[in-house]
Amino acid sequence: MGDIPKIQIRGLKKRFGPKVVLNGLDLDIGDAESVVIIGGSGTGKSVLLKCILGLLDPEEGSIKIDGQEVIGLSTRERELVNRKFGMLFQSAALFDSLSVWENVAFGLMSAQGKSKGEAKPIAVEKLAQVGLPAQVGELRPSELSGGMRKRVGLARAIATQPEIIFFDEPTTGLDPIMSDVINDLIVDCVHRLGASALSITHDMASARKIAHRIAMLYEGRIIWQGPVAEIDRSGNPYVDQFIHGRAEGPIRMQIPV
Amino acid sequence: MNPLATVGRIFLAFLRQIGEIALFTARAVSHCFRPPWYVRHILRQMLDIGYFSLPVVGLTALFTGMVLALQSYTGFARFSAESAVATVVVLSVTRELGPVIAGLMVAGRIGASIAAEIGTMRVTEQIDALHTLSTNPMKYLVAPRLIAGAVTLPMLVVVADIIGVFGGYIVGVYKLEFNAAVYLKQTFDFLEFMDVFSGLVKAAVFGFIITLMGCYHGYNSDGGAQGVGRATTNAVVSASILILIFNYAITEIFFATR
Repeated sequence: MGDIPKIQIRGLKKRFGPKVVLNGLDLDIGDAESVVIIGGSGTGKSVLLKCILGLLDPEEGSIKIDGQEVIGLSTRERELVNRKFGMLFQSAALFDSLSVWENVAFGLMSAQGKSKGEAKPIAVEKLAQVGLPAQVGELRPSELSGGMRKRVGLARAIATQPEIIFFDEPTTGLDPIMSDVINDLIVDCVHRLGASALSITHDMASARKIAHRIAMLYEGRIIWQGPVAEIDRSGNPYVDQFIHGRAEGPIRMQIPV
Repeated sequence: MNPLATVGRIFLAFLRQIGEIALFTARAVSHCFRPPWYVRHILRQMLDIGYFSLPVVGLTALFTGMVLALQSYTGFARFSAESAVATVVVLSVTRELGPVIAGLMVAGRIGASIAAEIGTMRVTEQIDALHTLSTNPMKYLVAPRLIAGAVTLPMLVVVADIIGVFGGYIVGVYKLEFNAAVYLKQTFDFLEFMDVFSGLVKAAVFGFIITLMGCYHGYNSDGGAQGVGRATTNAVVSASILILIFNYAITEIFFATR
């Protein structure tokens, strides 16, 4: 199993009407490896995540999880594959109708069939792992601050001990200190689980902290990838422009029409 | 601009919408018959659709029965058929007004609420989150609402029927000065099982339609808050129109040959 990538993507294509979003994308993510995809808004980072999660169907290409092709799976088979996944959404996507601990325990109860009595102590433990006291578990998501919502989302993502965790813009909308706290938690949680992680972000501080490897997505393809330590000497003008946040350079911001 | 092309585009969009609703309905109904069933969700929805709709449906049914008695009396008095008022009230309420009025009121209250709730879940990625937690949203969100709607609305209509007939009784006895015993006798003498049963079948179909439209429009909403607002409006309007269409169709099936 050692040389089979945890996630292997080949020739992935996805379009919306005439707009080609992913144009033959190739990417591998190894076991216990943390890969961060960077790229401008509208370059297809979220679309890539949704294709891997089975929320969108690509037109062409292959996505393999542990060597198993996942494109074209039935709903039931997809549910089984998704049990390997944990996901922290940009907005945390907590269920408003449930308390915080029920949110964290949701996957344990629905996918693993645990009872409330069994799931609650695990949820409280996961909340503690992300720095939240047990009392927070009784609150509703609407009573939480942005940083707390991210922590709860992270606790929910790790509650089922997933093999692969996805992070969608984990620090967007947070102040710099809270961003760093969330980055530390992500590193700590992924390390403890020994999971593979795929993150998408614009935040270079976050990317540098949580990534083993960084890949840059531009015009539907990965145009550069390498270890995090090499990003400052990538020699790629697109990467240089992006990581330094310059308006001038080969990347022209596309205004959606 | 070619007007024929415009008409064609609208017609094709309409057909596409019908196809999408049919596929959504087939998927949703199939999940109603396959485990796991989220029993707590079904009971919670039944409480919301039935118990919490009682005040609005009860009040509407009461005044509908009252005004029906008053209007029937005014009309029938012109050819000395006042004694038919009680029969007309009970038949109209059980066959038509009970299920239709309850259906329309619940469409406004519950159809809108379901569309807004599921639509908000869609635009805030909560439905995507369900997928990633290996939970089928059709089974978790849609099926419990459909089951609750189809089961609860008939119960609500039984109550609406009783209150509507009671409204007619109040006007008949206290305003039009019918004899109470005679009014009640005329109410029940001509009432048949099929009158009540057809109303309850209608109610089950309306309950299904209301929850289906709420779920469909909410589930497919996009475009943020504006999209959720649009989904809510569409859910209420489409459910109300379908209720009136299916009301005619079911009446035709039950009574056309009788």
